[in-house]
Amino acid sequence: MKRQLQSTPVLSSEITPKAVYFSRRDFIKAAGVTAGSLALASCAPSATQTALETRAAPIETAADELGDSVTPYNDITNYNNFYEFSTDKEAVAPLAASFTTKPWSVEVSGLVNKPKTYALEDLLKKFTQEERIYRLRCVEAWSMVVPWTGFTLASLLNEVEPSADAKYVRFESVYRPDEMKGQNSPFYVWPYQEGLRLDEAMHDLTLLATGLYGEPLPNQDGAPIRLVVPWKYGFKSIKSIVKIELTDKEPSTLWNTAAPNEYGFYSNVNPAVPHPRWSQATERRIGEFSRRPTLPFNGYAEQVASLYQGMDLSVYY
Amino acid sequence: MQKPRFTLLQIAIHLYAWSSIVLLLFKFFTHNFSANPIQDLERATGRHAIALLFLAFACTPINTLFKWSEPLKRRRTLGLYALLYATIHFIIYVNLDYGLAWSLILPDVVQKPRLIVGALALLCLLPLGITSFDIWKKRLGKNWKRLHKLIYLIALLAVLHYLWSKKGDLFTLQGEILEPALYGFTAILFLILRIPAVRRLRASFPARKFSAKKENPQI
Repeated sequence: MKRQLQSTPVLSSEITPKAVYFSRRDFIKAAGVTAGSLALASCAPSATQTALETRAAPIETAADELGDSVTPYNDITNYNNFYEFSTDKEAVAPLAASFTTKPWSVEVSGLVNKPKTYALEDLLKKFTQEERIYRLRCVEAWSMVVPWTGFTLASLLNEVEPSADAKYVRFESVYRPDEMKGQNSPFYVWPYQEGLRLDEAMHDLTLLATGLYGEPLPNQDGAPIRLVVPWKYGFKSIKSIVKIELTDKEPSTLWNTAAPNEYGFYSNVNPAVPHPRWSQATERRIGEFSRRPTLPFNGYAEQVASLYQGMDLSVYY
Repeated sequence: MQKPRFTLLQIAIHLYAWSSIVLLLFKFFTHNFSANPIQDLERATGRHAIALLFLAFACTPINTLFKWSEPLKRRRTLGLYALLYATIHFIIYVNLDYGLAWSLILPDVVQKPRLIVGALALLCLLPLGITSFDIWKKRLGKNWKRLHKLIYLIALLAVLHYLWSKKGDLFTLQGEILEPALYGFTAILFLILRIPAVRRLRASFPARKFSAKKENPQI
């Protein structure tokens, strides 16, 4: 019965040969030869070609462990909920284009034995970056399949050694209202903050993502480092993290503060717990026409349901 | 000179009313929708419907406030356009978004206040559209005015529908509440202007200013 997936559900490299994946320019050249001058001719690499289109071709044949192909790069990078820039999903990418992510450091502090501030480069060097294809389910009832690159949050937390009384992890996004115009909005409590229970944070699925499609994380997707918790609604996966703090109290979160009756601390993807606004029973996968049923824990129930044993999920939504 | 067949206001109304459909068609043909086109359609038509509804709603208060009566003649056009967009909005929701899967739609409508008020607003707007023609005005007599007072209810329902469709909370004053809140304040303002005492007060003094202007066109 136990069909425990390995730590990495499906490595994209299993589907897309790594050589192809990382030499996409060669791939496109090769494809250009075989496919002649048909459709791909317009994608043929040239000096003026946008990186975006050349990048997208090879990996888009990859899929998650349920067999659903990854969402096109163009959609993942142009349809973003990132209120620090704009509440308009299509406006985020252009507004985030000039956001500065260098230098960047992440402070890990609170109830830990070895608090430390890491430069981003150190995190990239110290922790093995792996590829993971995860479903992302937004609370607005749309979803994507995203090929992330990153490392487990657990590996970072193990490094700083949470003390015995640490029960929760609090995350904080960068606060730069001059660069992030949306942060001037009085209708939200900035900076964005999120939280996880320690066991959720230590779960092997919980990722600190630093890349997308094998490239450094684009600004609009939460550069340079963001959280990815695939069994929770997307807003839990906080972007552009500057602070990770271990605490003994449940951290308050931006959306829970804004509308407590709608966005619980846990916010696990759950088709059985209706949201007052959106149907959570179904979702629209970006690129698809019809709705599809939403899976409990976004399809990761086997790996994570045990974290919530004995909890009434309609109370702890 | 022949009198122009259309006033500027009329032209502006028709252009504005069609602008949303034209823009959506343009986006369709130039592949400029977002990654979630159905949501784009839902939002655009919903927004346009409430904007047109409030323009129709504003005609009487504009007359009360500024003694400008032409909008009264354009109210029906605006109202019918609002009904048109609300209907398109509804059809997109049940047809495109939910593919007429009533087994999904009905439990949702019953469960979610946002959908209840949206459906109610459309249901109330429908008879107003049907009876907006002169023949019905005659036929209904006094009752026509009574029936068309439903606009106050419809406007409030539409505001709630909009407010509850956005991520935010009026009680914590957080989230995307600005636009719906502005519509809400406008609706309340219009309601206040209906209070007879307020109307009398308005009629008593600034009217002089207006007529004074009229009397001295040469200056």
